[in-house]
Order: sequence, then structure tokens, then C-alpha cells
Amino acid sequence: MYGWIVPVAIAAIALLTVVGIYNRLIILRNRVANAWAQIDVQLKRRADLVPNLVETVKGYVKHERGTLEAVTKARAAVLQGGTVGEQAQANDMLTNALKSVFAVAEAYPDLKANQNFLMLQEELSGIENKIAYARQFYNDSVLSLNQATQVFPSNMVASMFGIRQQEYFEAEGADREPVQVKF
Amino acid sequence: MRQSFYDIIASNRRKTFFMVLLFLLLVGAVVWAFAMATDMAPVAVPLAVIIAIAATWASYYFSDRIVLGISRARPVDKNELPYLVNITEAVAIGAGVPVPELYIIEDTAPNAFATGRNPRNSVVCVTRGLVQKLNREELEGVIAHEVAHIRNYDILLATVAVTMVGIVALLSDWMLRFSWRSGRRRSRSHGSGGDAAGAVLLLIGLIVAILAPLVAQLLRFSLSRRREFQADATAVQITRYPPGLANALRKIAADPEPLEVANKATAHLYIYNPLKDMEGPVDRLFNTHPPIAERVKVLESMS
Repeated sequence: MYGWIVPVAIAAIALLTVVGIYNRLIILRNRVANAWAQIDVQLKRRADLVPNLVETVKGYVKHERGTLEAVTKARAAVLQGGTVGEQAQANDMLTNALKSVFAVAEAYPDLKANQNFLMLQEELSGIENKIAYARQFYNDSVLSLNQATQVFPSNMVASMFGIRQQEYFEAEGADREPVQVKF
Repeated sequence: MRQSFYDIIASNRRKTFFMVLLFLLLVGAVVWAFAMATDMAPVAVPLAVIIAIAATWASYYFSDRIVLGISRARPVDKNELPYLVNITEAVAIGAGVPVPELYIIEDTAPNAFATGRNPRNSVVCVTRGLVQKLNREELEGVIAHEVAHIRNYDILLATVAVTMVGIVALLSDWMLRFSWRSGRRRSRSHGSGGDAAGAVLLLIGLIVAILAPLVAQLLRFSLSRRREFQADATAVQITRYPPGLANALRKIAADPEPLEVANKATAHLYIYNPLKDMEGPVDRLFNTHPPIAERVKVLESMS
């Protein structure tokens, strides 16, 4: 008489499990999206500051055109966008190019005394730091999501609803050469 | 022994769970003893719970403003200290929480604390000395420890612990006041046969009433110390750089200056005891923070 209870109970438990796993996957995916937004904001803010820096430095530094051009080029690459890996690579390029500018600036006491330059330097190193933290939080979030899409049984739910693995924010090994600093 | 911060965080979480469980058992034991020793439990227990919650609820909601007020802290913005604001924003991004409000205390003793109910209403407060005496990595470590307290809801947990201490203290106190009278009444009504059993129950009730408040306090302090270890480990998860916080703790502990605006009521909030007292072996049990040497040791095991 109550024979229907068992199959119905099993079906209900299975359904609830799928719903639970699905919700967790969506939460993880949203966290990745949010973490990416954090990186994106900082990348844009840094790109916005670069022309300011170039203008300020130009007036003092006469013989380092190449260094400034590298910065401008890297900035253009960052603004161009692309896949997560490409953006990570462009970001690394800009980080290295900025490092060269600040290394060059060491040789110009007048520049180092310029208030505007000092402000830009603190702001840019602050943003670089934030990008580093945002990258770590993003990569941690991607790790959680990717793990959930790989382990059983959430991998089945993930493939059922088309929840895919995401790309880590890191430059690909081969292209990861540091920018040469020439004095 | 080398260990990852993941393991330490998981182990601290387990230990926290058991401490909260012990706390609940203790409250249960006191309620049971109260019901045995007196006949007022149906009224007294809910009353104790209500009083304890009411007393801590206000502190939970308003303590951040009160503490900032008595510590003479004032808000800082980006124009004044871009360096500190940038570090805090970066750490908040790394922790995945909204950026907390930043306050500063004009005192050269290096110290810091966090307050607020949840990540959306949170404050990190540092002293001028902390900003002056620590380098960037060390400052990041300290800010990450404070942000970790916020992310781990330690202020809520501490409030719950104080509430349970309050329930235990109230019930124990009432038991000591009233059990004599009702005990006598009960033995009279049951005649001479119930006398021996009644006396034993009364004795158990008395022992519980005397010991429970002390045990509750010790449990509360031990829970607080566990949460400090947890905040240290979470800070490492955020910064991935254990030496930053370890060096900061060493510097803060070695600094001879006391923090003038701190007092007995606010001392437990700071990352390191600002009064620089409580350093004896027995004091340890009554301290909200583990000794610096132990914290540094755990941090170094993670690097």
C-alpha cells in the first residue's frame, strides 16, 4: 500500500541533491565573476593613470624614450582586452614596464622631488598590490569552481547545466619573459 | 613541523566547534542543576536567557561606536594616508570582503583592532605608531589579521560567548541565593525519606553554582585565543606571506610604549595586549590572546 513511498523518497532526495549542487556551482561561478570584476577595475584604473605618469616623466627624462614607449605600448595591450590569459600577460608587461620607469626615475632627483610624480608612484604601486591580491582571490575562486566541476558527483551536474571551468589569471609560461631594462 | 594554512584553518574550525559545544553543555548542566536544586527553573531560566541577551545585544550593536569614542579614534581618508588606505583596500580585495572603514588613534604605541557586526559594517582601527614603525609587508599582515576577524565573524562569536557566560553567571548566582530556601521547603514536604537524596542534589547544585561561572570564563578566554590563532592563519591565507605578520607581532610586542587610550574594557580587542600586563603563567588562562612567541611559532610553521 505504501510501496510508492520508497521510490518517491529516493527521487526527492536525488532532486534535492542536484538542486543543492547546482546552487553551489552557481555561487562559485558568481564568485569567480565578482573576483574578475575586482581585477578588471584595478587594471582599468592603472591604465587610466599611465598617460599622467608618462606626461609627468617626459618633462624630466630626455634620453629614455624607449622606456616610456614600452609603457604606452603595454597600456594599449591592457586596454585591448582578450582572454583572461592574454590580459594577464598584458598586465605583466605593464607591471614590468612601470618598474623600468621607476628604476630610471632613481637617476633624476628633480623628478623624484616632484609631488605629482610621488603621488602617482604611490598610487601605481598601491594598484599593483591590489592587482596582486585580486589575482590571488580570483585564482582561488577559479580553483574552487574548477575543483567542483571535476569531482564526482558535482561534475555531472556541471556538465548537465553547461557550467564550465574558468581560466586562471596568469601569463603563459613561454611568453613570460621579463622586459629588458636598459640604462 | 611544516603545515599549510588550510590545515591550520580546518583544525581551528574543528576546535572552535568543540568549544562552542562544550559551552552549550555547560549551559545545559547549569540549567539542569538549577532545576534540581530549586523549583523556579521554568521562570528563572528564560529570564536569565533574556537578561543575558539583552545585556549583550546592546554591546553587539553599539560597541563599535563606543569603543572608537573612548579610544579617541578618528576616521582617515585617502588624502591623509594614501599608503594605509591602499594597503587596506588591497587586503580587503584579497579577503573578498567590502573595504572596512579606517580609523586612526594618534598614539605612537603600535597596535590595532577591528570591530563591527559583519563585513558590511566593519571598522579597522590602527595607531599612528603602527603606521610609522612597521614596513609595508608587516602592516599588510596586521591589517589582514584584523580583516580576518571581520570575515570570520569573531565579534559575533565573542558576543555569543559572553552571552553564555552571562546565562551561567546569572543562574549560578540565583542558585546560591535561593536554593537554601526552596531546598528546605522541598525536604519538609517530602518528609524524612527524601532528605538524603535532596541533600545530595543540593550539594551537586552548589558545586555547579560555584564552579560553573569560573569554567565559563575560562572557556570564553580559550575560545578567544583559538580565534586569534584562526585570524593569524586566515591572515596568511589572505597575504600568503607569514613573515609579514610574524615580524609585525615581534615588533609590536617588543615596543616598550603602553597605549594610553586603552583600558581593561578595551584591551582584549587589540592585536596585542596594549596594557603590557598579564604576562605570568597563570594569567595565560585568563588571557584573550595567546602569547606572542606561540603565535609567531605557528606562523613560522606555515612559511
